[in-house]
Amino acid sequence: MHVPDGFLDAPTSVATGVAATAVVGLALRGARRELDDRTAPLTGLVAAFVFAVQMLNFPVGAGTSGHLLGGALAAVLLGPWTAILCMTVVLLVQALFFADGGITALGTNVTLMGIVTVVVGWAVFRLVLRFLPKRPSSAVPAAFAAALLSVPASALSFVALYVVGGTADIPLAPLTVAMLGWHVLIGLGEAVITALTVGSVIAVRPDLVHGARPLLAARDLTIRQSPVASKEAAS
Amino acid sequence: MTVQMEGEGRANGEGQLKERGPLKDRVRLKVVVLLGVLIVLGLAGVVSFHASGSPDGLERVAEDHGFGHTAEDSATGDSPLADYATRGVDNPRLSGGIAGVAGVVVVLGLGTGIAYALRRRARDRRESAD
Repeated sequence: MHVPDGFLDAPTSVATGVAATAVVGLALRGARRELDDRTAPLTGLVAAFVFAVQMLNFPVGAGTSGHLLGGALAAVLLGPWTAILCMTVVLLVQALFFADGGITALGTNVTLMGIVTVVVGWAVFRLVLRFLPKRPSSAVPAAFAAALLSVPASALSFVALYVVGGTADIPLAPLTVAMLGWHVLIGLGEAVITALTVGSVIAVRPDLVHGARPLLAARDLTIRQSPVASKEAAS
Repeated sequence: MTVQMEGEGRANGEGQLKERGPLKDRVRLKVVVLLGVLIVLGLAGVVSFHASGSPDGLERVAEDHGFGHTAEDSATGDSPLADYATRGVDNPRLSGGIAGVAGVVVVLGLGTGIAYALRRRARDRRESAD
């Protein structure tokens, strides 16, 4: 899904660069509220995990492959703002050191893979959780749905950018159908990997999954409140 | 006066929680992070060799729909790690493995560094506001 240099014209690349910079700026502020004793040590690990798993292209048929994008996964594990920062770090390192994704296309790639996947993934995750029982394991199917939809959303966003600033004249309908078709398949892989990963962390330490914290809240609050309460009662 | 005391009480409680409460948790968190780093190194350093080399979804669509040729070589194409291969290392397994591990180390360092820098700044701001 990494967009190379040359696919989009200069104005579009500049526009996505400006948009991505603005959102990353917001994320730098927003992440301060998400980063605590638990998420801070995990941020680098989640970024490294996304980098590593993005190397693992899986076949989706007919000589085509796909790999995890990871935005939905990072959002569920760390929270959306921190996830945007994680994805930006991964995409920056890939573009600078691995020639994966163009340099002029960096803003485009951060927008498509670092922002759209996180925003859509987080929104779907929260929405699906509303319909599931309030227990930590509900985060697994919600993360599955979030990842599943985040990939075609990212692919459609590429099509939208291509309509505005593509350097070749490509008919819209077949481009949309082809991008959606392949990326629904890749989204299935994304969903499986995301659900397995979230499920593994839930099994070990559910409190380390940012998106699952509200599902633990009732139990957690009573435990965490007691020292404060007794202190206040004593004074 | 009462308000101030309440504030102090809460601040003390928080400090205590940080030092005493989650100590057991934090040790286990270290184990989780260490295990995670090992898994990630294994994925990038070893498993990546077995990844599919087929074009990805976007590359495939670009080829099929006649705009694949508009892709330009990246300006970083002469990087020693370009295309996840280490320049000067002929063994493909080793070449890709080294590139993957190097990438993991850089991403891990950057991600961890940013997270702790932001957390420190948030804490400083909270303290100066008190």
